[in-house]
Amino acid sequence: MNNRLRSIGLALAAPVAAFVFATVLSGIVLLIAGSNPFVAFGDMLRHGAKLETIIDMLNRATPLYLSGVAAAIGFKMGLFNIGVEGQYQMGAFFAAAAGGAIVLPNGLHLIFIVLVAMTVGALWAGFAGFLKVTCGVNEVISTIMLNAIATTGMLAWLTVKWRDGALSTNSGTKRIEESGHIPNLNWFVEIFTPDIKNSKELSGVIVIAIIVGIAYHLFINRSRLGYDLRASGINPRAARAGGVPPKRMIMIAMLASGAVAGLVGMVDILSRNNRYDQNFTPGLGFAGIAVALLGRNNPAGIAFGALLFAFLDASSSILQITGSASKEIVTIMQGVILLAAVVSYEYVNRIKEQEEIRQASIAVGAVAA
Amino acid sequence: MLAKLNALPAAARYMMYAFVGIFVLTAAEAIESGDYGRLTSDTAAQFMLKWSVPILLTGLGGLYAERCGVVNIGLEGMMILGTWFGAWGTLEWGPWVGILVGIFGGALGGLLHALATVTFGVDHIISGVAINILAPGMARFLSTEVFNNPTQSPTLKALPKISMPFLAGGWDTPDWFGDLADRNIFYLSDLAGFSRGLVSQLSIFTLVAIILVPASTYLLWRTRFGLRLRIAGEHPLAGESLGVNIIRQKYIGVIVSGALAGMAGAFMAMELSGFFQEGQTGGRGFIGLAALIFGNWRPTGVLMAALLFAYPFGMSRLDRDGTSSHALMLVVALSLGLVALWAFGQGRRVHAAVAAFLSLGMFVWYFGSETAPTWLTNTLPYLLVLLVLVFAAQRLRPPAAAGKPYRKGGT
Amino acid sequence: MSLAIELIDITKRFPGVIANDGVNLAVEKGEIHAICGENGAGKSTLMKILYGMQPPDEGIMRVNGEEVHFASPTEAIAAGIGMVHQHFMLADNLTVLENVILGSEPVLSGGRIDFKAARTHLAEVSAAYGLSIDPNDLVEDLEVGERQRIEIIKVLYRGADILILDEPTAVLVPQEVEALFVNMRELKAKGATILFIDHKLLEVLEIADSITVIRQGKTVATVKPDDVTAGDLAELMVGSELPIPDTTESTVTDRVMLAVRDVTVIENDRPVVADVSFDIHEGEIVGIAGVEGNGQVELIGAIIGTAAASSGSIHLGGDDITKWDVRNRREAGIGYIPYDRQGEGLLMNAPLWENAALGHQTKSPYSKGWWMDREGAREQTESIREEFGVKTPHVDVAPYALSGGNQQKFIVGREMTSGPRLLVAAHPTRGIDVGAQASVWQSIRDARASGLATLLISADLDELIGLSDRIVVMFHGRLVATLDPSTITPRELGSYMTGAGATSTEAANS
Repeated sequence: MNNRLRSIGLALAAPVAAFVFATVLSGIVLLIAGSNPFVAFGDMLRHGAKLETIIDMLNRATPLYLSGVAAAIGFKMGLFNIGVEGQYQMGAFFAAAAGGAIVLPNGLHLIFIVLVAMTVGALWAGFAGFLKVTCGVNEVISTIMLNAIATTGMLAWLTVKWRDGALSTNSGTKRIEESGHIPNLNWFVEIFTPDIKNSKELSGVIVIAIIVGIAYHLFINRSRLGYDLRASGINPRAARAGGVPPKRMIMIAMLASGAVAGLVGMVDILSRNNRYDQNFTPGLGFAGIAVALLGRNNPAGIAFGALLFAFLDASSSILQITGSASKEIVTIMQGVILLAAVVSYEYVNRIKEQEEIRQASIAVGAVAA
Repeated sequence: MLAKLNALPAAARYMMYAFVGIFVLTAAEAIESGDYGRLTSDTAAQFMLKWSVPILLTGLGGLYAERCGVVNIGLEGMMILGTWFGAWGTLEWGPWVGILVGIFGGALGGLLHALATVTFGVDHIISGVAINILAPGMARFLSTEVFNNPTQSPTLKALPKISMPFLAGGWDTPDWFGDLADRNIFYLSDLAGFSRGLVSQLSIFTLVAIILVPASTYLLWRTRFGLRLRIAGEHPLAGESLGVNIIRQKYIGVIVSGALAGMAGAFMAMELSGFFQEGQTGGRGFIGLAALIFGNWRPTGVLMAALLFAYPFGMSRLDRDGTSSHALMLVVALSLGLVALWAFGQGRRVHAAVAAFLSLGMFVWYFGSETAPTWLTNTLPYLLVLLVLVFAAQRLRPPAAAGKPYRKGGT
Repeated sequence: MSLAIELIDITKRFPGVIANDGVNLAVEKGEIHAICGENGAGKSTLMKILYGMQPPDEGIMRVNGEEVHFASPTEAIAAGIGMVHQHFMLADNLTVLENVILGSEPVLSGGRIDFKAARTHLAEVSAAYGLSIDPNDLVEDLEVGERQRIEIIKVLYRGADILILDEPTAVLVPQEVEALFVNMRELKAKGATILFIDHKLLEVLEIADSITVIRQGKTVATVKPDDVTAGDLAELMVGSELPIPDTTESTVTDRVMLAVRDVTVIENDRPVVADVSFDIHEGEIVGIAGVEGNGQVELIGAIIGTAAASSGSIHLGGDDITKWDVRNRREAGIGYIPYDRQGEGLLMNAPLWENAALGHQTKSPYSKGWWMDREGAREQTESIREEFGVKTPHVDVAPYALSGGNQQKFIVGREMTSGPRLLVAAHPTRGIDVGAQASVWQSIRDARASGLATLLISADLDELIGLSDRIVVMFHGRLVATLDPSTITPRELGSYMTGAGATSTEAANS
């Protein structure tokens, strides 16, 4: 039990140290830039505690979490799916286009849109997997090229091509009918606090994110396929000798990663904009990688990372209003937290390794404790 | 036949590729419209050369890092730092200092990567990704603070440009290439026009970048420093056992890598855009890595790959109406056909089939359309990178220890 | 005679282990001095200290009478010490010349390497010691023996007169060992001092002038080869008598378990396994002898399913498994002890109980249907730990924390408890200590008695001869001889392995 507490303590020490380090460093940067870091951080905390900000934060954390899980599935298999960015944008676009083109009964319409998003995301990622398996193309480069192909050319072109006919200036897909909107969860928020304003809505996609999180945990940590996947990620040769076909694992991991990536854009498509247009949120794919690394690919850890990044994003908007500092400081904070976290994870890992080696040699009796 | 080609010296071989390449372009354009020389014009060559510089520099950056055993996927981020620092330096002290400041900015990123990967043993890709996430944030913050605009800087002053005397009419001498190009002789004029583009209106910055290619070959294969850098990427323990300070070599390699990426960023800001702009690097750091792979981890190879990848980039800027790109589709279709034949000859049936299928598709598309869609022109460079990797990935030789963690004493 | 090297009370600790505990060593100038000890006795650590790769925690080192404190190999090299590592320190993609001059490159102005001077010096050195090599060859194109020669030249190139050879014979067949010994005597005649690490006792007795034995990090004794027998040395090394692999009465049945027929494996357009046929019966151990790289790895691959046989067939207990994938074959009862335990046998940073499931994850007690059975896996791991004496604090420890011997015992336990019908065992005792070695042999013998068919591949010829019921020799991808282990000697076996066959053995003997 003591051991367990100790290892949990070690696991938490790294991200906390990274956060403190990033806060101090950002504070120094703010000082140099001529702002008062205490005022700025104080503003952020005060603003962040407001109900509206918390709802913003949850709405922002939802896609970040999904994106983080998508990246983590790849990481667990030793694959660097840098292509979540392209996968979720393609997924969202086709889901919005398909969802706008037809009307189905309540529920069914929703499921249809979600399935289209997952399928397209999986295909876009699966293509990179296919190239790796058949031609040995490194997935880092191929997914990045696929990102560029999706975002620089294809989507811009498709959006114009499939825009809502009447308003050619207002490019975007046809608006999805009511039956394809996900209900908000304001009723749930009202249980805790009655004074929720109607302008803020807690997106129902958070439920999807929670389901995905649980499924991810069961898949990776409990299922046999998840075991095969992890084994293949840790040591592909050993896994192969143990009966795990490496190429199939690569395809499964890429398809699963891409399918989850397809869900990332759902907050925009199912609840905020209900179409794919210029208000669609870009950049969530790269943020997702950060969140996955921060959470060490652990289902709960990713949630923590997503909430932290979402908090920083949501609460920073106050800085512009009060003028206490430049709002961009949070992007630096996020970057520094990430870098400091990966470094300290590695450091803590080494301490843990040494500790285990010491314990093991005590057990062998090689040395008197 | 291919075996005979390989017996030629590299320079002659590359010259031949160039002649054949330009011939194919000329022929494609002749089929397309008969009298329209955009694909082989001097501006096309100028654009290619100009757009190849960032790819070349990041590719060389990747080369230094991987040759010392560190995979540097953070080149993109270091390049972004280079764009901001380069712009800032240029605004404050002029373009020459601007380059240096850009190099410094990239080197800072390199230092960070070296710290994380070499000293702390963080996975190289993870550290690189982290830097790619941190760098745009830093650039945005700095831009807000210094330029009072989170996404853009004021316009920058570029370095002077030169044209070669006699060949391209520099210093009021005759313009031989230009004259020949104006005569409209099939192929010869195209050749002259294209060559003229390579030697006219050259930025000094471009010249510096190209000189770095032979300089790197010399440094890496002829000097003590180079040998010790390469051993860090091939077999670090062997180097260590002979008293080579591997950690130092790795630090130098990765910092130089960042510096080159920073230089690439400065070039983008100063020469290509004329200002710092958020997102202007557009993944060129990664294309540099692809050029490194396609160039088989050698400086000349990186240069060739950079020129190849840059051509469609330049064309997409030059060819807004998509007519020349349409001719380019024919070239792509033909090349894929050749690749299919080649792969079939090598006994790689799957590759041959894929190439043949793509080639056929491209032909059908070409004959069924009048112009190339804009998305194709914009994504052609990236598609090209992907295609090239698909067909080249297997015959290549990366440094043996690239990407592997190294701890002193092997423990 | 004066001392080339003197070590007094050298102590070196690692987290949790004392690798060297007050080691004393005195090496005279111009002698060949052997250091003996079993795996894990601390020999390699001692050599690393001597070569400046690791500083000692306590103790004094003298080289040629002067006290030294090496901070790096550079300083050791400057003091005239050179080291030939057991795992060659050569970069495949560099030329011989580049590999040799690395670290002491002759330079012109501006850091440019003076290749001409380097070539001249290299030619001088190789001529002086009769070691011929082509400086322009890429190392990847060279054979093991040639690589070792480059390693020795590397040391001589630096003007070293004290050479440390770390288990130089481990990778060589007996004939190559002889060539090496000729070179060593030549070096000695030219005045070099050689420090030579080995645990093959007969070799040590043949070549050494003095022998120092190390056990559990301590020096036990320094003796002269004329004063001791191999048995004495073994006792000094282990503290008791050395176990000998020896199968008692035959348990071979007439039921064929594995039938390999005309199997060919093509790699890079080249047959690496060519028309191989053999049977293994229940209760039989068939040993495959061969120099590394003669197709053994690929043959194993064809049997367990990681490499595709391009022609031929493989039957397991009557089923044609030629087209089966790895998983089906493992489920059908093939156990596998890989030649590279860390590379192919373990997930180095996953807990032991997850490692126990590897290769058996589709079966009880490791899984139930689609789900892993965490409790079942842990219990099974516990019983492997007890039954096979794997020394670990608990089953959540990852393999990296265990010693090589314990890792190996764990793998053997994992494969044995899964109830295999055929065991493919590659180098089952490589790099593990004597105690572990004996227990691995015992469990293979026990399983044989209860009907297990075993394919044994080993570079340790004593092990091969001692355990096998039948030995087949593999050379250039083909089976070239079938031998009876009860009548063959390691020397004869060695000559078959180099493709010479029995006739040339006699010629070599005369």
